[in-house]
Amino acid sequence: MNSLIIKHGRVIDPANRVDEVRDLFITGGKIAGAASSKADVIDATGKIITPGLIDIHVHLREPGRSDKESIETGTRCAARGGFTSIVAMPNTTPAADNTGTIAFIKQRAAEVACVNVFPAGAITKELKGEELAPIGSLKRAGVVAITDDGRCVQNNELMRRAVEYAKMFDLPVMDHCQDYNVAADGVMHEGYWSAALGLRGWPAVAEEIIVARNILLAEITDWHIHCQHLSSARSVELVRAAKKRGVKISAEACPHHFTLTDESVKEYDTNLKMNPPLRTEADRQALLAGLADGTIDIIASDHAPHCTYEKQVEFDVAPFGIIGLETELALSLALVHQKVLTLPQLIEKFTINPAKLLRLSKGTLSTGADADVTVIDPVAEWTYDVEQSASKARNSPFHNWNLKGRAMITIVGGKIAWQLE
Amino acid sequence: MKRWQRKDLLGIQELSVAEINFLLNSAQAFKQVGKRSVKKVPSLRGKTVVNLFIEPSTRTRTSFELAATRLSADVINITANASSLVKGETLKDTALNLQALHADVIIIRHSAAGAPHFLAPLLKASVINAGDGAHEHPTQALLDAFTILEKKGKIAGLNITILGDILFSRVARSNIWLLTKLGANVTLAGPSTLVPRVFEQFGCRVTHNIDDALRDADVVNLLRIQHERQRQTLFPSIGEYTTMFGLNKERFARLKPDAMIMHPGPINRGVEIDSEVADCERSVILEQVTNGLAVRMAVLFLCSGGQAVES
Repeated sequence: MNSLIIKHGRVIDPANRVDEVRDLFITGGKIAGAASSKADVIDATGKIITPGLIDIHVHLREPGRSDKESIETGTRCAARGGFTSIVAMPNTTPAADNTGTIAFIKQRAAEVACVNVFPAGAITKELKGEELAPIGSLKRAGVVAITDDGRCVQNNELMRRAVEYAKMFDLPVMDHCQDYNVAADGVMHEGYWSAALGLRGWPAVAEEIIVARNILLAEITDWHIHCQHLSSARSVELVRAAKKRGVKISAEACPHHFTLTDESVKEYDTNLKMNPPLRTEADRQALLAGLADGTIDIIASDHAPHCTYEKQVEFDVAPFGIIGLETELALSLALVHQKVLTLPQLIEKFTINPAKLLRLSKGTLSTGADADVTVIDPVAEWTYDVEQSASKARNSPFHNWNLKGRAMITIVGGKIAWQLE
Repeated sequence: MKRWQRKDLLGIQELSVAEINFLLNSAQAFKQVGKRSVKKVPSLRGKTVVNLFIEPSTRTRTSFELAATRLSADVINITANASSLVKGETLKDTALNLQALHADVIIIRHSAAGAPHFLAPLLKASVINAGDGAHEHPTQALLDAFTILEKKGKIAGLNITILGDILFSRVARSNIWLLTKLGANVTLAGPSTLVPRVFEQFGCRVTHNIDDALRDADVVNLLRIQHERQRQTLFPSIGEYTTMFGLNKERFARLKPDAMIMHPGPINRGVEIDSEVADCERSVILEQVTNGLAVRMAVLFLCSGGQAVES
C-alpha cells in the first residue's frame, strides 16, 4: 500500500488536543508515527489537516429512490465536501428496518462508495412508529444508531421501550423531533412570514415538545438520545439545561438552520422548504450560541436529494429537504470567520464528537488510526455551482453563493478519494 | 404614474400606492362601460384568456369570464375536475401546455399559496392571481377598495374592521396590504385562534372583543368561516362562532349610523351575518360584485399591455 507525507500543514486534531504545524505520515492505510521511504509528498503549506470529517445525517436514497441519489453519487458528493465518513438514514425503500437492507447498503457501499458509509437502522418497522424494528439484529448487521428520521416516533411508550432496548446493545437513539399534531400540515416556520405568505405554520413548539420528551426519556432510561437537526431557540435551551443535569442528551445543527431564516421563503422557492423549517433570526442566533458553548455537539447536513421535477411544484406540495454535503464545510467555516467558533471547536463537531456519539473508531489522527484525513483551505474563495454537483439532485438554496473555505483533498483509508483540480 | 408596467398581478403586497390608484382609476372607466346598452369593448380582441381554476369558485370565475368577454377576448375555462391535473400532470406542465396554445393571459385560482408566483416567471403569458391558498386575492381587495371609495369618498383615516377567519383568509391579507397602504385604520377581529397577534406586525389592531371591534367602525368587512381550510381544533362550533362573533341585529344596531357592511361572498346567512343585516340598505354586498367586474376588466386590460381606456 502506498504511503503519503502531508507536509507543512496546520494539523488540528481535537481528539488529541493537537493544533500545530507539522507533517503527517500515512502508511498502509493508517496514520503512522514516522515517514515511510517511498512516500508521495503533499505540500499543505497554509492548509489545515484534520481527521476525516464525519456527517452523521445523510440521505443516500438507495435502495428505492436512486433517481434522487445513489450510494455512488452521494458518497462522491461527501468526498467533495471533505467528508470521509457518513451515516446513511434508514428512510429508504424498503426502509432500513431489516438486516437484508442493511446488508445491501453495506455491499453496495463496498462496491461503489468512495467514503465510509455507516448505516443507521430504523427504530420501528417501516418507520411507522407502531412496532419496534429488530434492533438487536440490526446492530449485528452493522448499524451505528437507530432513528426513524424523516418520521418521529409519536408514541411515548414505544419510544421509551426503544431507548431501553437499544441501551442493551450500546446503540444510541437519534430522533427527528416533531410532534405531528402540533406541526400538523405546516410547511414553514409559524410566524410573521407564514402569516404574510399564507403558508401553513410548523411551529417551533412542535419540535420543543419532543426535545423535552426525549430529555425526560433519556433521563429515566439513563441512555443516549441524540436530537437531530435542532432548529429552535427553546430546543437549544432545553438541551443546555438537561446537559447541565448530566442527562445523556446530544444535539446536531444543520448549516441551513444556522445560516438562513424563514424570511428567505418569501419568494416561495421550494429549495427553502425543509423539515424542520428555517426559523427566525432569534432562533438562528440561539443555534450559534448553542454551537459556541457546546450545547450543540455536532454539525450535520441532512443532505436530502430530490429530483428537480419534484421540487418544481407549488410550495405546499414540494418535498422537504435540500442537498448539503458540498456546501456544509464552507457554511460552517463562516462561523470561524465570524468568530462564533474557533477552528478546533468547529473541527471537533465534525470529527471526534460524532465519532464518540456513534462509537466509530474515527475522528482522530492518533498513530495507528485509520488514515481518514481532510486537507482544508480555510480561506479559499469560491462560488458554489450546483450544476457541477456530484449529486444527482440540484435542490440547493446555496447555488451561486460566494463561499470562503473548502476541502482541498479528501483521503479515505490512506487513499485520495477526491482532490480539487 | 403614467403607464402600467407589470405583466402579472400576483398580489397587493408588492404594489405601490401609485399602482393601486392607477388600477382603481382604470376600473372607474370600465364601470361606465358596464352601464351602456352595448357593454362590450374591443380592447382584447384576438387575445386568449384562460381561467385556470384549480380550486372551486363560482363568483370569481364568472366575474373574470364576463370581464374578459366584455373586453372581446376568447375565454376558456379549465377547472380542476376537468383538467389533466388529476391525472398527475404538474401545474408547471399544465401552464406550459396552455402557453403552447398561445394563451395570452392565465388567470389562476389555486389552493396552494404562491402558485401564481411559481408560474409567473416560467411564462410569457400574463398571470393574474384569482386567489392562492390563504395568501392573496388581489382583485377582491381592489374591488373592496373601489366600493369603499365609491361610497365613502376616501379610504385614508377610515376605521375598517375585518371580522372573521383572518388566519386562513387571502381576502383579509390582500385587504390588509391595500387598506394600510392607503392609510386606513385596520382592525382585525375574531376568535384568538383565527386572529393571532402576529397580525399586529402588519400594522393592524387585533382584538378578540366583538364590541370593541365594531364600536368605531366606518366599514365592517365580514369574512366567511372557511370550513374547508380549517382543522377541527380552531374553534368549538359554528354555533359558538355565531354567538360570539356573528353580526346579529343587536350588534348591528350598536354600529355607527353610517357604518357600511361588506362581505366578499358567498355569505352564510345566520352564521357570520344575520340574514336581514345582509339585505339591509347599508349592506353593499351586491355592489361589490358589480364593481368586481369593472376591476377585473381593468386588470386584464392593463396586464395585457393596454394603457388608456378606450371611450
